[in-house]
Amino acid sequence: MTNLKYFTNGLLKENPTFVLVLGTCPTLAVTTAAINGIGMGAATTFVLVCSNLLISLLKNLIPNKVRIAAFILIIATFVTIVDLVMKAYTPDLYKALGIFIPLIVVNCIILGRAEAFAQKNSVWRSVLDGLGMGIGFTLAITLLACIREILGNGSIFNIRLLSENAATILVFVLPPGAFVTYGLLIAIVNRLKVKFNI
Amino acid sequence: MEYILIIISAVLVNNVVLAQFLGVCPFLGVSGKISTSVGMGMAVIFVMSLANLVTFLIQNYLLIPLHIEFMQTITFIFIIAFLVQVVEIILKKVAPPLYKALGIYLPLITTNCAVLGIALLAVKKDFNLLMSVVYAASIAVGFTLALVLMAGIREQLDLADVPKGVRGFAISLIIAGLLSLAFMGFSGIVK
Repeated sequence: MTNLKYFTNGLLKENPTFVLVLGTCPTLAVTTAAINGIGMGAATTFVLVCSNLLISLLKNLIPNKVRIAAFILIIATFVTIVDLVMKAYTPDLYKALGIFIPLIVVNCIILGRAEAFAQKNSVWRSVLDGLGMGIGFTLAITLLACIREILGNGSIFNIRLLSENAATILVFVLPPGAFVTYGLLIAIVNRLKVKFNI
Repeated sequence: MEYILIIISAVLVNNVVLAQFLGVCPFLGVSGKISTSVGMGMAVIFVMSLANLVTFLIQNYLLIPLHIEFMQTITFIFIIAFLVQVVEIILKKVAPPLYKALGIYLPLITTNCAVLGIALLAVKKDFNLLMSVVYAASIAVGFTLALVLMAGIREQLDLADVPKGVRGFAISLIIAGLLSLAFMGFSGIVK
């Protein structure tokens, strides 16, 4: 049970999206529909858990001087696996996420956790950390995506809440809506953190 | 004419940060001061053009003939990381003043997702070598434009009384949203 805190750390206290503000590019880009948020979150979580696992296993074998290059190689390998799997089994999602699947390589959350956590901690803790961070990221971008989809498109997970002709606030599914919604959510999280003293 | 369309489209209509969401991290991170944002912009213009030149050649003369296109992500990220290192070493020897000006920004560029993103996007389009480099350079000019605009606003913002809750990232993102709204006005110039 003592290890549980490594898992919950990423969910709230050090949430990568709202508190650390890492990996902003996919957060803003793919959150036009809730389903994209879940897809992107799942792909990132997979890469994060696998790279954390492998890096913590290899931490004593990787020479310190080339560690960043080794980390990038490990991460890029898992990203290529995700890329090929998604291309084969979820072609619609693959199309919607587009270039942001290969770009998981440069998502700073993953390299950040490898450098700050996995290379110093045991395998089990690193997996828990990766899982917590990944799920924290998934929940955060899905929340953002739900808000944008409801306001901008009048639907959630492709289920229509309003009739076809109802007026929606289109700007929320366009780029400006992404920036403004994300900014306001960070402000709300900041406020809650102060209020509940997290 | 084709080149003019590529340039206008890349700088204004499909601005890399404000419309395509690439390179948002440095956009938020290095936009505190106009002088540093200009330095970062110059470094990105330089590296991005060079990276696209090399990745274009690798894609067309190595990956495609060998039928190993699935190695694209791994190869490209290594080329970019390698290029950044080489540029850093060469600049240090050949042009020390330039190195002093760009030096601290160069290592940061490896993690700039715009460089890898644009390299991947460019090989998907039917560009020839020159078009690919022009495209990358104009994308980078668009990045610099957004960065300098943002820095200008944030320098003024330091003097303003911002409510406590939205200080920091929150207000920066909301301003970026307004900038992005302004850039949407350019859509329709190029089809």
